[in-house]
Amino acid sequence: MELRFTDEERAFRQEVRDFLAAECPEATRQHMIAGKSPTKQMVVEWQRKLNARGWAAPEWPKQYGGTGWTPAQKYIFREELQMWPAPVPLGFNINMCGPVIIEFGTEAQKQRFLPRMLNLDDWWCQGFSEPGAGSDLAGLKCRAVRDGDHWVINGQKTWTTLAQHADWIFVLARTDPAAKKQEGISFFLVDMKTPGITVRPIVTIEGGHEVNEVWFDDVKVPLDHLVGQENKGWDCAKFLLGNERFGQARVGASRERIRRLKIIARETMDGGRPLIEDPEFRRQMTEMEVELKALEMTVMRVIANETKRAGTGKPDPATSVLKIKGTEIQQGVSELLMKAAGPYAWVDGDPDADGSNEWEVAPDWAFGLAGVYFNWRKQSIYGGSNEIQRNIMAKAFLGL
Amino acid sequence: MDFDLNESQGMLQDSLRRLLGDKYGFENRKAYMASETGWSRDLWAQYAELGLLGLPFDEEDGGFGGGGEEVMIVAEQMGRHITLEPWFSTVVLGGGFLRHGAEPGLRAAMVEDIAAGGLLLAFAQQERQSRYDLHDVATTAKKDGTGWVITGRKGMVLHGDTADRFIVTARVAGGQRDAGGIGVFVVPARSDGVNIRGFRMVDGSRAAEVEFSAAHAEAVLGDPEGGLPLVNAVVDEAIAALAAEAIGAMDVIHAMTLDYMKTRQQFGRAIGSFQALQHKAADMLVAIEQSRSMAYFATMAARETDAPERRRNMHAVKAQIGRSQRFVGQNAIQLHGGIAMTMEYAAGHYFKRLTVNEAMFGDTDFHLRALSDIGGLVQAA
Ligand SMILES: Cc1cc2nc3c(=O)[nH]c(=O)nc-3n(C[C@H](O)[C@H](O)[C@H](O)COP(=O)(O)OP(=O)(O)OC[C@H]3O[C@@H](n4cnc5c(N)ncnc54)[C@H](O)[C@@H]3O)c2cc1C
Repeated sequence: MELRFTDEERAFRQEVRDFLAAECPEATRQHMIAGKSPTKQMVVEWQRKLNARGWAAPEWPKQYGGTGWTPAQKYIFREELQMWPAPVPLGFNINMCGPVIIEFGTEAQKQRFLPRMLNLDDWWCQGFSEPGAGSDLAGLKCRAVRDGDHWVINGQKTWTTLAQHADWIFVLARTDPAAKKQEGISFFLVDMKTPGITVRPIVTIEGGHEVNEVWFDDVKVPLDHLVGQENKGWDCAKFLLGNERFGQARVGASRERIRRLKIIARETMDGGRPLIEDPEFRRQMTEMEVELKALEMTVMRVIANETKRAGTGKPDPATSVLKIKGTEIQQGVSELLMKAAGPYAWVDGDPDADGSNEWEVAPDWAFGLAGVYFNWRKQSIYGGSNEIQRNIMAKAFLGL
Repeated sequence: MDFDLNESQGMLQDSLRRLLGDKYGFENRKAYMASETGWSRDLWAQYAELGLLGLPFDEEDGGFGGGGEEVMIVAEQMGRHITLEPWFSTVVLGGGFLRHGAEPGLRAAMVEDIAAGGLLLAFAQQERQSRYDLHDVATTAKKDGTGWVITGRKGMVLHGDTADRFIVTARVAGGQRDAGGIGVFVVPARSDGVNIRGFRMVDGSRAAEVEFSAAHAEAVLGDPEGGLPLVNAVVDEAIAALAAEAIGAMDVIHAMTLDYMKTRQQFGRAIGSFQALQHKAADMLVAIEQSRSMAYFATMAARETDAPERRRNMHAVKAQIGRSQRFVGQNAIQLHGGIAMTMEYAAGHYFKRLTVNEAMFGDTDFHLRALSDIGGLVQAA
């Protein structure tokens, strides 16, 4: 045990910061500071810069384009990006589908897909959930039937985040309807340009378009686009979901939002003084900071443990702790941000339709704060709801 | 104390329930929101027919002589359908100012128009720096001959874009945060020196930023240098109406959640069979029942003439209901799962209205702080 960052690690943090200062477009940074999700173009541009530097997929093994960093370095890298803020490597590519291909895929699949994932030549999306299969993912109905030299997929996926940007989708489909639920599922890689795929937008409560329905109507998929063994897709799914939970801790992102909150709380007047001078508001903010510090250490413990678990193909149940706490903190901070803006958080969308705030119906910084609060309610629902995480913990840790 | 509705109250509730049941489905509401005004003129006329627009005014002024109980009944139904019409701005807020502050002649003239559906009012008080302090007023009113001219900027003026007249708080004397020196003025919306920028709020209601540049007031309500007690009295009544609206909205979002829990199947059974969710739904009911009690208390407390006592109680109302509605709204979304995150599903819209309602005229933190600053509700012996 040695509980401190080494000189090398501190130097590494500076190296990441210098890279961000030199390479991250200021427009992207300001866009994200304002609380908006980066656009497709911003994400692609940035991912390519990371790739050029060899930093596109820190968690991957080195031979596939990973960095070979220590757990602490991986943590520092993510934290620095989120705090800048800059986009993190695209999760669907780097933390979801890529690792599945590395763990379960064929050599040919690795050659073909991984380099394009790293460089974001292909944007991937996640085709797991269905209208009838949310928490009970293994209840999915989407069917894949082998027909000569290809598979034919029929069915519907839903909640597919950013499918409107995607070139490829990774899909769980049922290949053996006779088998027990989890045992008849397979994991496929599907080109979004394949005839028979239809993407329909779903508008979320704050008015944004980030999720979609994806319909499959006799979609032909080459046989070699199956990952792992036929009917063994559930192993891929479990492995992937563990990684997904891990990504939801977002410690650096919460720290960045709290920093933003403090700036806003200094600008907002409350009772004739800046809001930040209100002890009750400060207490609520500080509570978040304390929980976040604990989460930060928990994340580092889980990362360190990851090295030991490598190759077991099984997620660490502790990732459920990260998921629950990480999302609670993010939701809590989004609530404080909305609260800080008071009534001025209530302006819907963009009244000028061009982001100019020419009408000045609210201070610039207040726009969208209620929208983010509404939208972030999703965090305790997706990636395995927080109730499901508690079920997982009850089973894995509590012996109940 | 009698919690049951009398016959005429029952009729009021029934007729409104029927009207909104017919005309305020989720799809209707969407269409009203998308229309040019952002709400339904047609329904406004029907509210007038039902007597909702003249409801709280004295019969001799052309009103229906309803009291706080009647307002509560109507507000609750409005909350059940998260209606978009300017009933709260015109009748509760605007009407409150007329009832408590206007000269009999002006009052009678305006009440008649309001009751007939021909006059819309909006309360312009919010300023950039004022947050929830009604006495924090930088907008000025200056004497001009026999009248007053108003200069300043008001924000988040509920239904300010369709209002015919604004009720405006403006400073006649004293410093920006002084309790004294505030006047309440009536300013016609379509007149020189009034610049209105309308927009939609996150809960679907319309609002406006309003700039007054030496705009002429047509009347002053009450004492031009001592208007704050009037503002407080009106806002306290409005808080009681907001409380009832919150109850209506909470009841519906809770019922919606329970229905969904009974029908949504995962893992081969209804999600309502999972105890973790049952307990959450039960906690929601606890919060709603406590809030319902607080809404009754609000109506009772709003008629208190001892102003500090009334304020004290309204702080308690807002704090309790504020917490409850946040808890109920967040959990309604959570228990539904992804479906409630979509614009096409009603629960999210109730959640958004509850969020705005919570912070209107002070959020939970504001009222808890104010109440604790004055010693809470229970006096040490
Ligand atoms: C904004 C957003 C983006 C998403 N992006 C994607 C994506 O890109 N790809 C993808 O595949 N999916 C995505 N999802 C889907 C997400 O994973 C599901 O919403 C999630 O799994 C929950 O499923 P559900 O919405 O059907 O809710 P349900 O499973 O119907 O759950 C409803 C409620 O029941 C509870 N519940 C269910 N089972 C139990 C149980 N056994 N014990 C206790 N409580 C239980 C849940 O916690 C929840 O509160 C996204 C969802 C959202 C909202």
